[in-house]
Amino acid sequence: MAELTLVEAVNDALHTELARDENVLVLGEDVGRAGGVFRATAGLLDRFGADRCVDTPLAEAGILGAAVGLCMAGWRPVCEMQYDAFSYPCLDQLITHVGRYHWRTGGRMQFPITIRMPYGGGVRAPELHDDSPETYYVHTPGIKVAIPSTPADAKGLLAAAIRDPDPVVIFEPKFVYRTARGEVPEGEHVVPLGRARIAREGSDVTLLAYGAMVPVCERAAEELAGDASCEVVDIRSLRPLDEEAILASVAKTGRVVIVHEAPRTVGFGAELAALIAEQAIFDLQGPVLRVTGFDVPYPYWTIEDSYVPSVARVTQAVRKLL
Amino acid sequence: MTESELLELYRRMVLLRTYDERSVVYHRQGRIGTYAMFWNHEAIQAGATFALGDDDWIFPSYRESAIGLLRGMPAEMILQWWRGHPSGWWNPADWNVASIAVPIATHVPHAAGLAWGKKLRGEHVVAMAFFGDGATSEGAFHEGVNFAAVMNAPAVFVCNNNQWAISTPIEAQTRAETLADKAVGYGIPGVRVDGLDVLAVYEAAREAVDRARAGGGPTLIEAVHYRAAPHGTADDPRAYIDLARVEAERAHECVGRFEGVLREAGLLTDELVASMRKDAEDLMRAGITTAEAEAPPDPELVFAHAYVDPPPNLRNG
Ligand SMILES: Cc1ncc(C[n+]2csc(CCOP(=O)(O)OP(=O)(O)O)c2C)c(N)n1
Ligand SMILES: [Mg+2]
Repeated sequence: MAELTLVEAVNDALHTELARDENVLVLGEDVGRAGGVFRATAGLLDRFGADRCVDTPLAEAGILGAAVGLCMAGWRPVCEMQYDAFSYPCLDQLITHVGRYHWRTGGRMQFPITIRMPYGGGVRAPELHDDSPETYYVHTPGIKVAIPSTPADAKGLLAAAIRDPDPVVIFEPKFVYRTARGEVPEGEHVVPLGRARIAREGSDVTLLAYGAMVPVCERAAEELAGDASCEVVDIRSLRPLDEEAILASVAKTGRVVIVHEAPRTVGFGAELAALIAEQAIFDLQGPVLRVTGFDVPYPYWTIEDSYVPSVARVTQAVRKLL
Repeated sequence: MTESELLELYRRMVLLRTYDERSVVYHRQGRIGTYAMFWNHEAIQAGATFALGDDDWIFPSYRESAIGLLRGMPAEMILQWWRGHPSGWWNPADWNVASIAVPIATHVPHAAGLAWGKKLRGEHVVAMAFFGDGATSEGAFHEGVNFAAVMNAPAVFVCNNNQWAISTPIEAQTRAETLADKAVGYGIPGVRVDGLDVLAVYEAAREAVDRARAGGGPTLIEAVHYRAAPHGTADDPRAYIDLARVEAERAHECVGRFEGVLREAGLLTDELVASMRKDAEDLMRAGITTAEAEAPPDPELVFAHAYVDPPPNLRNG
């Protein structure tokens, strides 16, 4: 075990997986010479060469479109999108091809593409460096999506994504890139997709979250400790979704608060709320509540703290249920 | 080119022409769905691909739907695509023919990626992508061609400039004097050829393929002609096109033109022409018969192949 930050764990996963499988290559803007604007790809160029850590032209659709062709040539491409909101040009390729090509070939060709990108707010950045676009991706058939909140999971989920036969998108919470520190297994480490993690056990209220909202929920749970026992479920994998773990927690507590940074309408929280309504309505002792971003453009950074769900907003929601 | 190569090239044009003309009839008879005809595009498709080896990849748009015939793909497979039957979704790796790209220009970066990926593996494979004049206005065209150029990928980009994108004429598509000029912006050669002259198309493609294989990077070929048929079976061009011009264009269509050249050279006889046409017609007859005899697809296929390893709740609807 080594103590790493979340972004160091991402880097560790890339080094480990490129060393393990010579068909894996990394491509993206500034991933080579610079080692990525967040240093997630540092050292790959020197270690694996310019053919396996590729600085591309500034073209997100080109990167993902080229990755489709790379798969046809037998590669397992890992595409970096430099930031959440700058991934939008790649959505055309994602929706029209990446999520469909395996199906289109009658299941005979595989497109084991990994897309990874930093996402989320709180970093005092200019416009469009703060988005939480997970809904666009999870809504796309043929795509899997995972979001780690700890360094160990950042390494393990990325490794699982790279080894997965389907296209997988990994959103990395940039707000905690360097503040989330933790023990990370050395060498190969895989966290299978489709399994939630109980970040904190509790019996009165279930807090469902992922990414940078997990530590927010953990702090809220801590603050509420005298009044309520909160269980924090780190969703980790949005598709495949660990319905069992979610429903088990709801069955135990009967109260649910869902937390995400993305805007509210049709955010992933709506999907979770619908799941609980369909399958656990008789377990509930109150309404399913959501604490989310608002349906507005992500605000200027001087006022962004009024947008991102805070510990106070989460505790307030929990108190409504008690 | 040898005599037999010239005759083979002609045979391929006849095959494509027959496929196309029969498909329009099948559509009218309700035996296939909406269809995008490629009448008079045969010189571009047969000519350009004649420069490829079997290991080279073809990335077709809907306009080149039947290009797999030139690789021996059964007619029924392509007919099934137009009949909306899942058996029309072929395995690209079996034919080195990518799936038919419906969203305009989005397959251009795929060709760039395949060419680059093969080059990284030390394989000398060329990728050839087909797209229209309208496609050159799309971002994906730009990103794909630029990507291939920067990676020095062995790709050949064949623009079928039929001067129309449905009802939008080329003047409303670009202010560039020629589409081949766009190559300058990517630092690659751009060539303009007569899209009805199969030998000119072949010559340009051969040069581009040779250069790509030798490590000289991609080429943009603009094959110019004029769309002498509707955009597709659902289109009525009378609303926007000058029918006299279309008639004039049809008078010098590409298959007859090449046939004239071969006859003048004494290579083609009436018997040979008749037997090639008959072979192609037989192939189509057998193709549609096979396609129609195939059992309707199992509705279970709705869930098949969305994922290699599907999430457990895929069937929740
Ligand atoms: C991204 C996208 N936009 C619009 C369409 C609808 N559409 C189908 S064909 C076509 C015209 C394409 O023209 P061109 O690129 O010149 O090719 P051609 O049909 O002439 O071969 C359009 C607009 C589409 N298929 N994809
Ligand atoms: Mg056109």
